[in-house]
Amino acid sequence: MRYGLKPYVGNMKKINRGIVLFLITIPTLLVCLPIVLLVTGSVMSNGELWEHLSPVFSEAAEYISWKIVPDYPTFGNYGKLLFMTPQFFVLFWNSVKMVGLILLGQLLVGVPAAWAFAVFQVRGSRALFALYVVLMLLPFQVTMLSSYLVLNRLGFLNTQQTVILPAVFSTFPVFLTYGGFRCIPMQLLEAARIDGAGELRIFCKIGLPLGKSGLLSAMVLGFLEYWNMMEQPMAFLEDKSLWPLSLYLPEITWAQAGYAFTTSIITLIPAAFIFIWGQDYLEQGIIFSGLKE
Amino acid sequence: MAGKVRVTKLAAGGDGSIKVQRRRRSHSAKSHKDTRAFALFLAPSFAGVLLFVLLPFLDVVGRSFRTVVTGQFVGFQNYGTIFANQAFLLAVKNTFRFTLVCIPLLVVIGLAVAAPVSRLKNAGAIKSLYLFPLAMPTATVVIVWKMVFYRQGFLNLFLTRIGEWTGLWGEVRTDYLGSGAAFWVLVFSYIWKNTGYTVVLWLAGILGISNELLEAARVDGASERQCFFKIVLPNLKGSLYTIVILSFLNSFKIYREAYLVAGAYPQQDMYLLQHLFNNWFVNLDFDKMAAAAVCVGGFLFVVIMLLQRVWDKKA
Repeated sequence: MRYGLKPYVGNMKKINRGIVLFLITIPTLLVCLPIVLLVTGSVMSNGELWEHLSPVFSEAAEYISWKIVPDYPTFGNYGKLLFMTPQFFVLFWNSVKMVGLILLGQLLVGVPAAWAFAVFQVRGSRALFALYVVLMLLPFQVTMLSSYLVLNRLGFLNTQQTVILPAVFSTFPVFLTYGGFRCIPMQLLEAARIDGAGELRIFCKIGLPLGKSGLLSAMVLGFLEYWNMMEQPMAFLEDKSLWPLSLYLPEITWAQAGYAFTTSIITLIPAAFIFIWGQDYLEQGIIFSGLKE
Repeated sequence: MAGKVRVTKLAAGGDGSIKVQRRRRSHSAKSHKDTRAFALFLAPSFAGVLLFVLLPFLDVVGRSFRTVVTGQFVGFQNYGTIFANQAFLLAVKNTFRFTLVCIPLLVVIGLAVAAPVSRLKNAGAIKSLYLFPLAMPTATVVIVWKMVFYRQGFLNLFLTRIGEWTGLWGEVRTDYLGSGAAFWVLVFSYIWKNTGYTVVLWLAGILGISNELLEAARVDGASERQCFFKIVLPNLKGSLYTIVILSFLNSFKIYREAYLVAGAYPQQDMYLLQHLFNNWFVNLDFDKMAAAAVCVGGFLFVVIMLLQRVWDKKA
């Protein structure tokens, strides 16, 4: 299959303007409204929030209400969250640490594996690759008990290794990086071999620079996935001081709605930043995840 | 063997050399060296997979035939228990229902968006718009869903205002999260999150279709509609396979939304297999969990293999 060619009809006139408008309006509403809600909520004073939200949790007769521009905008909740809630900081750094270590581990372990599958066609490599694909598709719930058993035996339960280690050996990044490596022409490697380069040198000097896009797509998709991770820490981390930020939000009750909004925004910022910076890689990654071998 | 290959290479000559070179590499004396390099590059990853996934899964298969406490062999008794378990049957039913509603819906919506977008010259901004929900952390979104779908939430407010304005209906007081509608809230949330990557995959498929083919059809007088249904659609079977597989994989992640909106024991229409596994885990029902993990894992394995086979045959 070929990607990234010209559109099959380059004729703008033929599409109805109405359709285009519709295609733009619907997602704009569905994406922007939630963000607007969160942003305005995060700069509202607690009193004002209470006024707007109280119908929701007091089962009152009137409906929820909202103001796009708060009467008394304030950064009070940000201040309180950032400077007076140590728990928030602990969880924020937990998230950063876990995501960072997972991605680093995936780079060290998964990228060479992807190289092995992409470059060497030896007996059994195709069967192993098929196994990796199946493992990548199994949902967490199916492997939950087996992960628990092995983590328990290794004595890792209730430490952050329980979340980090299984994720490091996830086969999804292998598959994505493989997609990038497959785009490297084999003649190039052959030429390097004839010139006497060793396999490790070829991997570092040719594979890594040329397969960069696949590698970065795996990192971007991985970041978004693990920044949002919930199932693993919820099942395997009992101690709340080890939790990632993604599990902190649900702990906040309606009575502290102001915190909920500010925490949401702060959780969103790194993900949004990665999204804006890495959108091309994200798209590339989605396409790589679709390439059949 | 080497001699034979050399003959082919000579016969193929110039531009055919890529294929021949690859073949020669895998059959010659170098193949031993290749195997060693392959093993060395793969070793760290495979060791981890073996230790963290494959071996423990064998352990789970073993446990599915034993009792939890005494470890006594009981044959298929655990399997009998789960298939007589009301919660398991309900969860299987709901999970099937969710998958069967969501995946066709997602596939069609994605294509309906991708087909017109593929004709636009600068579709980058539209794609970002559709992709952004993928980046939004679930916990962030769930607050918004709660504000929208509670009994006194925005959706009911909006519907009530429309009712007042048109005079067709009065106050709307549906409790979306506490009734059968909860299921559809999940469906909405899934579609909201996943449309973006489906659009990207369809677009990649559509843009991969050769222009010459379509030009030729147009010269022969085919209408745009005919071009789409007779040429574009049949060429997208590969994309369809990928989209179905990935949507299926992602459909299991809806648990996050379901759990955050409604907790471990939600309204019964949105009680999914994921809830059940989690609750069994919390209650230490490892025998049932093992049997169910083997059943679900085995089922998924067969489905993936079947899809792959169907796809291979058609492509």
